[in-house]
Amino acid sequence: MLDVSKLLDEIQSAPYAELSIAAPHSGLVSFGELAPGGKVFGPSGPWKEKPGTLLAIIERERNKRPIYAAEKGEVMLVHEELAGTFVQAGTEIMRLRHFLSKEEVLSIILKKALHLFTAPERAKYYFIPAVDIKVKVSGPKAITVHDGMELFIMSRMKRETPLNYSGPEGVIYAVYFNHNQNMDAGQPLIGICPPDLVGAVEDAVMRVQTDWKEEE
Amino acid sequence: MDIEKKLHHLNERLTYIRDIFAGKHNENVRLLETKMADYREREHILSAKDREAAVTTLEDLFGFVERKLEADLTPMDKVRIVRHPQRICLRDILENVYDNYTEIGSKDEHSIDPSMVIARAYITRRQGKKTFNQSVMVIGQEKGHGEEFRNGGSVKPFGNAKAQHYMQVAETENIPIHTYIFTPGSYPVEDPPGAGQQIAKNIYEMSGLRVPVVAVISEGGSGGAEAIGLADRRLMLSHGYYSVISPEGAAAIEGRLREGERASPELIEKCARQLKITAQDNLRMGYVDHIIQEPELGARPYHYDFFRTLRQEILRATDDAVLSVRGFAPFRAMILRSRRKKAEELDLDSVHVRWSLSSSARDRLLAKRHRKFRKLSRHAAPYLRPLSRQIKDWFNEFGWDFYAHFKYDFFGRRKQSVSHALEEIDAEVRVVTSRIMAPWRKLKGKLFNGKSRRQQAETERQLTELSSWDEQDQRGGHWKYVSPRAKEDRAITCPNAAAQGCLDLWAPDLFGEFAGVCPNCGHHFPMEYQWYLHNVFDENSIYEFATELEAGNPLEVEGFDVKIEQAKKATGQKSACMTFEAQINETKLVVAMLMATFRGGTVGAAEGEKFIMAAERARKKRYPFLAYVHGTAGIRIQEGTNGVIQMPRCTMAVRRYIDAGGLYLVMYDTNSYAGPVASFLGCSPYQFGIRSANVGFAGPGVITETTGMVMPPHYHNVYKALARGHIQGIWDRREVRFNLTQALLTMGGPNLYYR
Repeated sequence: MLDVSKLLDEIQSAPYAELSIAAPHSGLVSFGELAPGGKVFGPSGPWKEKPGTLLAIIERERNKRPIYAAEKGEVMLVHEELAGTFVQAGTEIMRLRHFLSKEEVLSIILKKALHLFTAPERAKYYFIPAVDIKVKVSGPKAITVHDGMELFIMSRMKRETPLNYSGPEGVIYAVYFNHNQNMDAGQPLIGICPPDLVGAVEDAVMRVQTDWKEEE
Repeated sequence: MDIEKKLHHLNERLTYIRDIFAGKHNENVRLLETKMADYREREHILSAKDREAAVTTLEDLFGFVERKLEADLTPMDKVRIVRHPQRICLRDILENVYDNYTEIGSKDEHSIDPSMVIARAYITRRQGKKTFNQSVMVIGQEKGHGEEFRNGGSVKPFGNAKAQHYMQVAETENIPIHTYIFTPGSYPVEDPPGAGQQIAKNIYEMSGLRVPVVAVISEGGSGGAEAIGLADRRLMLSHGYYSVISPEGAAAIEGRLREGERASPELIEKCARQLKITAQDNLRMGYVDHIIQEPELGARPYHYDFFRTLRQEILRATDDAVLSVRGFAPFRAMILRSRRKKAEELDLDSVHVRWSLSSSARDRLLAKRHRKFRKLSRHAAPYLRPLSRQIKDWFNEFGWDFYAHFKYDFFGRRKQSVSHALEEIDAEVRVVTSRIMAPWRKLKGKLFNGKSRRQQAETERQLTELSSWDEQDQRGGHWKYVSPRAKEDRAITCPNAAAQGCLDLWAPDLFGEFAGVCPNCGHHFPMEYQWYLHNVFDENSIYEFATELEAGNPLEVEGFDVKIEQAKKATGQKSACMTFEAQINETKLVVAMLMATFRGGTVGAAEGEKFIMAAERARKKRYPFLAYVHGTAGIRIQEGTNGVIQMPRCTMAVRRYIDAGGLYLVMYDTNSYAGPVASFLGCSPYQFGIRSANVGFAGPGVITETTGMVMPPHYHNVYKALARGHIQGIWDRREVRFNLTQALLTMGGPNLYYR
């Protein structure tokens, strides 16, 4: 069985992801003014249309290609010795440390703890009426699902088909779709948690929600 | 009480003076302030009679100062006047100029667009004991007196669409249209039906409106003004402005400011002066017909005498437009046209002129409107050529007219009727013979299995062999013109590389064989216009005409002579518009091309004139007409209204051409924005974009600056434009020749020579 509190402790002991920035293709490397400890930012703007911080430039055949930071974080290491030299594709030129946000930590925990049932095709999804009433009255956690159980109605272009649940037995921990919302194929619809793990997961989520401090 | 009211009124006049001079003439403002304060101090010790006398003295002083300041008004002061919330607005005019009116489709902010007001109104005139109620359609932008929801008179696309609708209604009802222009410019969002495209539709509609149109300009901001400004008589208020761009916008361009920076007041003042935006300038250049004199420092709602003058001028203009095309009214027409003192004193309320027109009078009205606009702005780009050439050109044009008339109208039509009759006979004979021969064919089918041996062999070949690549369309990468950029030894990254994973491209490949198209994602890199000249049209088929027309500096803007000379030197062209005849698969056509390399492909008087000449040539020779827009940044702002007037002028030429049965195609490449798109390009029923091109009204920077909204990336991309219904198709650069051939075969009126 998954030990949720141990997982959380593990994340807390190293609350970041390390990103290795590699040369996308061969070429001459030149760095900007970034030094270890420097802050970098990911793309910004309402459509993420403004690129992040400029990390390095790789020049090949008189074509300068800038490399931008994809996420917010801190510079750990700059391979200064490569500046002005010709590197091969895939060579690491820089390493960034990206501190995990609350949402990212939660997604790590839930990904490990939950079984996700995904949408088989783009459509609108509803619970069947019997389940729907239960969800509305006592919340999704009141429902235990098992393999082969009729659970959803899949509605597309006014054509409604029943959809059976397949996967391990458990309670519905999270519902990811809304009424009248189109879900793409492959998007998760519900997250299923083994019944004995519910308490531990809830506890961990609460701890993250209240205590997690995002490092700058 | 009465005195309090008067004082309040004087206070407003003081605020007004302070606002419109923005820090200038401080001594006069201070004088008025101290006099007001003096009075306030002494107020309680004065008797009622003395108070009245003191207020009257104050009023006289205000009048004196206003008269004095009137003489010192600069163009920028006038801009501040028309923008002031105390300035008269359209609803004041509806209240005070017309005898009765009903607003159509708006109640304050409850309207599809509160900045466009439409009203049915009438004017009552008396002749002896009879009264006549003369209906008009009033259309105009409404700024309101500081009403936020009016958007300062910036009309959204659907507001302009509403105006277009009611112009059509007026046409059906055969009543004149009075338009009042109170706009700083159109609202630049591309909501359907599209800012630029809708203005284009409005101008196109107005160029064919078969009722008299009178326009009054107070604040004429570029495209927004043109959307309702194409009129038989154009009047202008003496303190108004009519311009291609706001002085602030011009200063931002002139000073090469970046986003967020502000131009200095001196630079703005200079730009306002150089752009020649005032009523007096526009009258001198011929873009308005008459100036309506306003009271000192501009008309405000309490200037009731001014509304009387306005009413008389509106009546005069409408009567004049009507009488100039209608039957017998020599005395009335003479009086109306005379601007002598005595004639001006005539009260037009007591003269009756019926405003409805007969069908033939409507035709004359339209022809007259077209002639009027055709003549405008010629002084700004004189067509200089020796007399011998002029005579030769005249003979040529006459020759085409005569030839086309004879060949297509006279001979062609007779030939057609004969061939139609022969077709009918042929079809009849075929039906009869097929009936008679039916038994024989049945027998033959049974004997030879339905098909001859040769037919069978052909079917077998088609089914077993591979089809061959059509060399004609893409020429297997062997282009006749190759961009000089292909000579550079370097790699280029496609802008979609991150999203689509395109590999770096080697310039000689990209600009050579690939014709500037990324082989992975299909992104089109901009190409030189020469590429199209050589690779789209038949070899050696290009014949350029009207080459003598040169772009100039009609407003004598400081330093612009040098810039235009530089552009001519760098490009080897004399203007941004190249006009030529060419052939595609031996179909002849006339092409007008706007080149992005010549000052951004901006359109000034010379470019407009060339475009019109091309449209007229296509009409005379019965050729299809293609506008290839290699790129255009809009109207050339340094030419001021000389540039703006090209919007209606060129659209009218296009309208004449299309109405005569021609095929007008538009092809957008790279970036096409503003005035041209909002007029003579956007009005075409067949507009196509080259992939990766941008088409729109205002660029993203301008939208953010004027509306405060940030637009998503690729907002003006051709695919978005296609989805919004602005253009009719997207073409691959390598297939332009094929697509053009296809378009020539499938579109267009019956008047083209090859049909």
